[in-house]
Amino acid sequence: MEFFWYVVLMGILAVYIVLDGYDFGAGIIHLFFAKTEKDKKAITNAIGPFWDANEVWIIAAGGVLFFAFPILYASSFSGFYLPLIMILWLLIFRAIGLEMRGQIHHPMWEVVWDKAFGIASLLLALFFGIALGNIVRGVNLGMVVNGVSTQEAHFFFLPLWNPTFSPQANELGIIDWFTLFLGIVSVVALTIHGANWIIFKTNSSLNEKLKNVVFKLNIVLLILVFISLQIWHFIEPKPFHNFIETPILWIFPLITFIGIVGLFKVRTYKKDGSGFVFSTLFLVGGFASTAVSIFPNVLPSTNSVNPSLTIYNAAAHEYGLSVGMSWFFIALALVIVYFVIQYKVFSGKMDDIGYGEH
Amino acid sequence: MLVLIGKFARPHNKIIYASMEEMLFYDRMQFAFTITFHYLFPQLTMGLSLIIVYFKWKYLRTNNEQYNHATHFWMRIFALNFAMGVVTGIPMEFQFGTNWAKFSELTGGIIGQTLAMEGMFSFFLESSFLGIFLFGEKLLGHKWHFVTGLLICIGSWASGYLIIATHSWMQNPVGYEILENGRFVLTNFKALFLNPWLWPSYLHNQAASMVTSSFVVAGIGAFYILSKKNLTYGKLFVKTGVIFGLISCVIVAVPTGDLLAKNVVKYQPVTFAAMEGIFHTEKKGSEIVLIGQPDVKDKKLDNKIAVPNILSFLTYGSWHQEIKGLDQFDESVHPTNISGLYYAYHIMVGLGTIFIGLMAFAVLQLCRKKLFETKWILWSLLFMLPFPYIANTAGWYTAELGRQPWLVYNLLRTAEGGSPTVSSGNTLFTLLGFIGLYLLLGMLFLLLVGKIINKGPHTEKI
Repeated sequence: MEFFWYVVLMGILAVYIVLDGYDFGAGIIHLFFAKTEKDKKAITNAIGPFWDANEVWIIAAGGVLFFAFPILYASSFSGFYLPLIMILWLLIFRAIGLEMRGQIHHPMWEVVWDKAFGIASLLLALFFGIALGNIVRGVNLGMVVNGVSTQEAHFFFLPLWNPTFSPQANELGIIDWFTLFLGIVSVVALTIHGANWIIFKTNSSLNEKLKNVVFKLNIVLLILVFISLQIWHFIEPKPFHNFIETPILWIFPLITFIGIVGLFKVRTYKKDGSGFVFSTLFLVGGFASTAVSIFPNVLPSTNSVNPSLTIYNAAAHEYGLSVGMSWFFIALALVIVYFVIQYKVFSGKMDDIGYGEH
Repeated sequence: MLVLIGKFARPHNKIIYASMEEMLFYDRMQFAFTITFHYLFPQLTMGLSLIIVYFKWKYLRTNNEQYNHATHFWMRIFALNFAMGVVTGIPMEFQFGTNWAKFSELTGGIIGQTLAMEGMFSFFLESSFLGIFLFGEKLLGHKWHFVTGLLICIGSWASGYLIIATHSWMQNPVGYEILENGRFVLTNFKALFLNPWLWPSYLHNQAASMVTSSFVVAGIGAFYILSKKNLTYGKLFVKTGVIFGLISCVIVAVPTGDLLAKNVVKYQPVTFAAMEGIFHTEKKGSEIVLIGQPDVKDKKLDNKIAVPNILSFLTYGSWHQEIKGLDQFDESVHPTNISGLYYAYHIMVGLGTIFIGLMAFAVLQLCRKKLFETKWILWSLLFMLPFPYIANTAGWYTAELGRQPWLVYNLLRTAEGGSPTVSSGNTLFTLLGFIGLYLLLGMLFLLLVGKIINKGPHTEKI
């Protein structure tokens, strides 16, 4: 039962990464590559009718986490207090940037909201990567000092950084060189993903240029992935033990690999949507591989006093979990229907929709 | 506050105790501030979605372009409010974990259930179809446009239902068991939805949301008539607003408000005593207090204006029935903020009464075909526009302050629910951040809503 909800939670998170990921990526492209009004318009049209529905996936993830793994929810949300609230602020900024821009036609108004939208997107991509890094690295559960817990075994608190920026220091921080590195990987990967979405959904004059951007960034991404495989050993001594025990799980790294290789063919795709498929494969594969590598942990403990939080010791009681399944499948079926309708209505290119002018 | 704490705390743990209190204080302030601000938006969108569906339906029936333009106009206002509701709503779900971690850990298996259902059932529905509703009219045709509007309306009402289900469980916990480690376990899923607290609260809240929307629609209509702009639409809005308004204002009071008050008497008698300002039990029936300032220290009301025996009659249908006063309960279970609770309740009831009166006059004049010439009613409708927001907020404060000092009534105290590792300095930092950010949001919102109103309904572009 715990495993079922774990898969659900990871599934929802993966969908969120793919969907809001392209929103963030589009925002980053908007920040660095969109020079003309037409380019900017094309980008906001490409994500306009979708971003709100995409963001619902993180609310759904939060809801499922809350009800299926309340201990993990309580522990991680209070422990990562500051960055989480900052993510909320950034989400708000990004949304108002996107929605406010078209309301008043004045260059100063537009430049402010353009930057708010772009910078918030960039920082969100960075923060979500850092968040993933924190989960992989683990935290000092129970806030152990000199071998004694100062809090209940599942609670902790992390400041934004410690002076050494080291993931192996006694007093950890949210931002250290390891988590920051994953943050950068996330920014690069999502920029590629966002560019692919724009190519897919618009006829923008930017598209040819973006194909080059994707190609170049993909080289960077490949290098970063290789480095991350090397430094992973510092953090997690046995990153592959689950893969070795259950070889079928190699499928996830394989998917990641297919994604990144496929992206190199960006300049010669027959269909505009192909790039988006490959970057989706990369993101989903990468996220799933990371989750598998620490499974069944969901929040590793860095001390030997308190056990890591796993899907078993952080879960809600049996009855609640099983009764939840009854409504979940109905809800899931409905969500898929909505989704199909939404993408059917807005299929094809989005250039002429006039988003933000209502 | 610190002085007060010092009096009770033993000297050696004074500092720890004070910092705990301070932490809790900021946690509560932050939740109160963010939820108060958040709920300014859903209370309009829930009711307004129904009025929009009504306009679209009228258009389909009559083929009169006027109704479609009205639909578009309110759609624009709806979209803005909806976006505000979404961006201020995400922090609400997060804050259970960030600021109320112990509460989340202990009760997540139960309240997480209804909150997760809200996300899965209503947010997906609303957000998927909002984009279609706003941009898809030409692609879909009018019938399907109407259907998407209806779906959004259903989604937002479902969202309200699941939130009130969560709220009702905290007010009147049902279908649970408490384990040795203090964690609440769900034992009966259906009980969450059959909670006797749920239906009166839900209907009361939805009717109150309709009151806000009706007043907004009527108020903006009155503005158009008085400023001699968009007259056709002004009249349509005033007419629609006052009819919806009278119906919903009455439903808020009878039966829903009445039923809800009887629930409070039954399940939370101490809360009822504080709401009504009854410090002392009167054996021969309680008076109803209209105005007066509670003096909690000396247990009396200053400058009181009251009508004898009415409260007993309203509550039990008998003039001389005894109602328990605060003196019947141990101080440890008294609501923490008796004056605040008393005022919140009286503001809500007082405004609710005025709303019924105004709307009744307006509908009367409408029937006599004199409403659009009755200047004082139009001016009143315009100036009353903000007050349903105040009444709704006061209503929620009544419910929330009334539940104190408990998070889960009679089972888990608010003081036991905070995040053990988050310091008060961090909470104050984020509280200040929220205040600043929401101030900006509020200003932008007013600017844009003003722009939409100024532009008026009859424009070709959606």
